[in-house]
Parts: sequence; C-alpha cells; structure tokens
Amino acid sequence: MKNIKVISIRIVVLVFISLILSNCERNLSGDVEFARFSTNPEVFIDGFSSGLQYFPFQGSKLDAFKVDTEVRYSGSSSMRFDVPNFGDPGGAFAGAIFPDNGGRDLTDYDALTFWAKASQSATINEIGFGSDFGENKFIVTLNNMRISTAWTKYTIPIPDPSRLVVEKGLFWYAEGPENENGYSFWIDELKFEKLGTVAQPRPAINFGQDETMDTFIGTTITIPGLTQTFNLASGQNVTVSAAPSYFTFKSSNVDVARVNENGTITIVGSGTAKITAILAGVRAKGSLTINSVGTFVPAPIPTRNPANVISVFSDAYTNIPVDFYNGFFAPFQTTLGGAVNIGGENVIRYTQLNFVATEFKNPTVNLSQMTHFHVDIQIQEPINPGDFISIELGDFGPNNVFGGGDDSSGRVTFTNTALSSNTWISLDIPLAQFGLASRNNMAQIFFISDATISTLLVDNMYFYK
Amino acid sequence: MNQRNQFNLRIMNRLWLRFSSVCMLVGLLSCSDYEQTVTTMNQLVMQDEFDTNGAPNSAIWGYDIGTGTNGWGNNELQFYTDRKENVTVQNGYLIITARKESYQGSPYTSARLLTKGKFEQAYGRFEARIRLPWGQGMWPAFWMLGADIDTNPWPAAGEIDIMEFRGQEPSTVLGTVHGPGYSAGESISKSYTLKNDRFDTGFHVFGIEWTPKYVNFYVDNVLYNQITPADVPGEWVFNKSFFILINLAVGGSFVGSPNNETVFPQTMLVDYVRVYK
Repeated sequence: MKNIKVISIRIVVLVFISLILSNCERNLSGDVEFARFSTNPEVFIDGFSSGLQYFPFQGSKLDAFKVDTEVRYSGSSSMRFDVPNFGDPGGAFAGAIFPDNGGRDLTDYDALTFWAKASQSATINEIGFGSDFGENKFIVTLNNMRISTAWTKYTIPIPDPSRLVVEKGLFWYAEGPENENGYSFWIDELKFEKLGTVAQPRPAINFGQDETMDTFIGTTITIPGLTQTFNLASGQNVTVSAAPSYFTFKSSNVDVARVNENGTITIVGSGTAKITAILAGVRAKGSLTINSVGTFVPAPIPTRNPANVISVFSDAYTNIPVDFYNGFFAPFQTTLGGAVNIGGENVIRYTQLNFVATEFKNPTVNLSQMTHFHVDIQIQEPINPGDFISIELGDFGPNNVFGGGDDSSGRVTFTNTALSSNTWISLDIPLAQFGLASRNNMAQIFFISDATISTLLVDNMYFYK
Repeated sequence: MNQRNQFNLRIMNRLWLRFSSVCMLVGLLSCSDYEQTVTTMNQLVMQDEFDTNGAPNSAIWGYDIGTGTNGWGNNELQFYTDRKENVTVQNGYLIITARKESYQGSPYTSARLLTKGKFEQAYGRFEARIRLPWGQGMWPAFWMLGADIDTNPWPAAGEIDIMEFRGQEPSTVLGTVHGPGYSAGESISKSYTLKNDRFDTGFHVFGIEWTPKYVNFYVDNVLYNQITPADVPGEWVFNKSFFILINLAVGGSFVGSPNNETVFPQTMLVDYVRVYK
C-alpha cells in the first residue's frame, strides 16, 4: 500500500510538471513505474551476490580475503579475512572494498547486518559500506568494532536510507594486527535489512560540541566529527561515522561563511556565522560559530638584505630546506595545522596549540655568523592573564644529529603583557638570549604555549645579522 | 475460563499471528475469519482524551508526590511532582516528562498520576494509547491497584500491570498481575514483543479486558495473554474496585539505573485513557 502511495505522489508531481512544461498532450499511464536500480539486499550470503566485486586496498595483504566453505554461520560458505602479522611481507594490514558498480537502490533498508566471529577477541578498526574508490559520497564507518570467538549478529545502521538511491559501495573494512599479531575473522549472511527497530536518530557534527572559531576571509574549514547514532532493538546505541553528504549544512549568515555539501566552510566576509546541520529532518548536535575578522592582513614584508638572512619560512626570501612545520609529536602534542596559503600568501596557522616544532635538519644550519632571530606572529584570540608564547631554538650539536648528549636548546618567553590579539607582532630576538651552547647545527624552532594560547599565525621566520 | 478454553485461546492467538502476515497482503477486511476477538466490552464509562491544554483534569487525576518509601518500594530514583515541567497536557496529549535534575535530594524528577478516590471500578476494559520513552533505566507503566490498598496493604490489595516497559528493551512490554502469594518476583506475567517495530517510535494501544473469570491483556489488536483464577497460586483478588495509575519511573530494581547513554529529558505521551464496561 505504502509503495503505491509514493508512486502516485510521484506521478502527480510529474504530471504537474509536465503540464507546466509542455501542456502535455498525453498523460502518463497509471501503470508507470519509475526505473530503480537493483534493490537486491544481499551482499554475501553463500557467495558473491550478483554484481559484487572485490578490490583490496593498496598496501593491504592481497590474499587476506577468501571464501571459506568450512567455517560458516549458515549455508555453504562465509567470508574469511586473514589479518597479517606485523612485518608480513605480503602487506601490513587487511582491507578491501566490495562494490557493485552497477549500483543498488538501498532506500528500502535501514541497516547493513551480518554475523561474525574471530579466531580471537579483537577490535576491527573500520568496517562499513559506501566506499566505492570514487567519491565515497555516502561512506559509513563503524569504528573499533569488538568481535569475539562466538558468532554474533552485528548491525551497521544507514544514517539516512533515502540517500542511497544508487549506492555502489556495499561493504568495506580495514583491520591491522592485534598487538602485532595476525588473526582471522569470518563474516556471513552479509546483507541490507529493513529491521524497523533502528530508531531515535541523534546526528552530530563537530563531535557534538558547540565551538567558536576566529578566522578570516579566504580560510576554508572542514567540519570534523560527523556521526549518526541510533538506538537498536537490543537497547544498545550504535554510533557510525557518516559522510558529509548525508547532512544538510546551513550557515546563519551566508555573507560571512558558506558551507557546501562536503561540509567545507568557506569564509567570504567579516562578521559571525553559525554553521549547523540537519540529517534526515533531525537537527544535528554540535555547531561551529565562525567569527571572521574580515580581510586577512599579511605580515609586514621583510626588508632586510637577503645577503644577511637565513630564512626558514618567508615569501620574501629563498628558504632553507625544511622537514616540517608541525612534527605532530605524539602523544603529548595537541597542535594541529601547519603551512597554509591564504589568498596567495604563505603563512603558518596552528590551532589547539600546546607546543609545535618546525624542523630543518637536512642539513642543519650554521648560525655562527647570525645575531638575531626574527618572526612575525598573530594571536587569533583574546589574550588572558597567564597566557604566554615561548620560542625555543634547538641545536643538534657537533654530532649533527638529534641526541648524543651534545644537543642544546633554549627559550625566550613573551607573557600576556607583551602580546596583543589579532594583530601582527614582530619579534626580533638576539640569539644570545637563547643561551645556547652551540648554534652551528641549528635544526628546530618551537612555539610553546602550554595551551594558554590556542590559535597562532606565524610568518617570516628567519635568522639575520 | 477454564484451562481448556485458555488453551484454545492460545492456539487462536498463534493462528492469528501466523495468518496476520498473509492477511496483510490479502487486505485487512478478508481476515476476519481468523482474527480472535480482542475486545468485547464497548460501552464507554470513562474517558480522558487530553484535549484541554494545561494541568490534567483534576476530576479524574490526582498525584503521588515525592519518593515514597524506598523509592516507592522499588528503589526508584525519581522525585514525583505535579509541576508542569513533569506533567502537562498539550496538543491532545498527556505528557509525562522525566528530567535529570537535582530536586529535593533526588537526581531525577517525573510524575505519577492516579485516579484513586476519583475513578475506581471493578471489571471492564481499561485501555490507553501511549508512546513510550526510551533508554536504559526508563520505566513507564499503565497499571491498577486495588482501591482498598490503604486498609489492605499490597500485595493483598492486588495489582494489575496493564503495561510495563524497560527503556533498554524498546520492543517489549509486559502484562502482569500481583496478589497475595504471587507478588514481585513471583508475579504472574507475560511479555509481548513487537516484530520489526518498537514502542518508542509511535503510539500503541495497551489494554486489559477484565471480568470475574479472567484478565485478558492486549496490545493494539493482539490479545497476547489471559490470566484466570486457575493461573494464580493464591487468592484471586481481582473481584473488587481498582483505580488507575500512569507513571514514568527512573531507575529502580525492575530496570536498573540510567547510564551515561540515557538521554534526558524523556517523555511518555498518552493520547487517551478509556474505560468501558
């Protein structure tokens, strides 16, 4: 009954449109059925369903997947996945996609379900559907799925089934060794289902957090933390990572910020805009409020004679080879970001700063002829008492490599009273103030705030005499 | 009803379930041959359609306030109030809201309505259309107690739970009777589970048909249990007036406490309460 209703509404709409367009001479017959892609819900029951293909990920163990006729939940076979040991020359992990490139219409279903067990208790890193080695427009990932040695039924809900009119990616997974050890897991009766009990949707963007961010015209920001959570018949809540295309994003002020269907925000004006989203009619928890300071003002252009400068990062000079502007030193570093281009200007932008290093050890730099370090910084947030920025130089010593007991480092700190927000601060620091034992093998520049200052722009890092 | 009739009822019940899916294909009208009689009493004697916004009709409903003794005897965690934050009528529904808030020393608030002293009746059809809340630790109920409970303490007064629900089991409700010798863990109970559906996403009708000889329990158009004097291992106390209760408890021995995934506030929406004879 329901299906007929839907079709008749579509017919009404179509007839209406065709009346408008052409004052049509012939109406659509009442028997008209719109073409649909295959609605086959089966992925792997006792073999590959019609159209299903197998493509391993690059770098994965190519023969990790087999059809197993001995171990199975029901029927005659199951899917077996052999996760390699650490160091396996065949590949570092197991991972693949199983697409049907003909496309399937999955709008009638609300979840991908399967039975699974493993040779040992394990946590599968990523498992889901919607990966097609193309746009992955509607990719869904269940992260860290616990699996045991007993056959158990798993449910991966579809964030919004109405979007899956022609979905190619029917199943995908990626899993590495557990504590460097390989193991096997089996999946059987893999299919899409209409469970009817996938309920209480609670979508989220930005990890469900309401966050405010200061930025400027020309910046692009991708909204992180896109998830959909459902309550299942078991009473359990399941949260999956959902592709941005499931969401409809909204900017409260499109003269300040615009957001596209990929969840990418582009700052186009000054002022404030709040980015929110809806998934299948449900308002997503979390938001991103953009405070745009307007046009980005570049740092002052250096005027020193290039002959007297060794430049690490500046559009005004030829820079020395740099290994990175953000070492992402795990696990203590929170700092994100690095070199970005804003309207043609190269600048370094750090967010969630606690500390961060720029490293240039190939080769290290001899600063014996230099007298000062220059840098322009801009702090994109209010300055509070207790805020500080320390700049630390690191020299690798005569052995020219990190460690070995001959390294030296030293820092100069600028406290809140020496800082101001949203304006370029030009610092010229005598190298002597860093108190280094050696500066003939310079390799590192650190910015340290211990999270007192979160968002920092950096430009024109150079040594001079 | 004797044991044999009850057996027949269960067979019919099974038949109905088996044929119901076929019937849906054929069309509902054609399946009357197989459908059991869910209800027989059709003379309306009391109804509240909750059509007037504001506080519930005080001629029908009173409140239990506070925490009772030991969380109403069940270690329930909520403090019951009659504030509009916990109980109100809006847009045709009685809305009972369980909130996570520190109130009078309790970590949650909610409401419990009862017709004690206002509407009490022996026998009849007692029915409500309800959308239930969800999540670990939510315990809504539509139930009845013997009207002589103040002089004849529970369980002797008798209790008929027309509908009880655990928020962590969203597709299952229970119908139960408690009496002397068969209360709490020894109560006579049966659950009913929806297939491919759940009780927190739409409205469902929960009812009993109660005569001197049996209590029939139904959900929507499915009669899923009958309890007769022969089924209870003690005195049959369902032969006197009872009053109605509707409440949304939080936590307690029946459901366990909410956990950090339980979403608050939670609402129980009642579309109507009707009593027939």
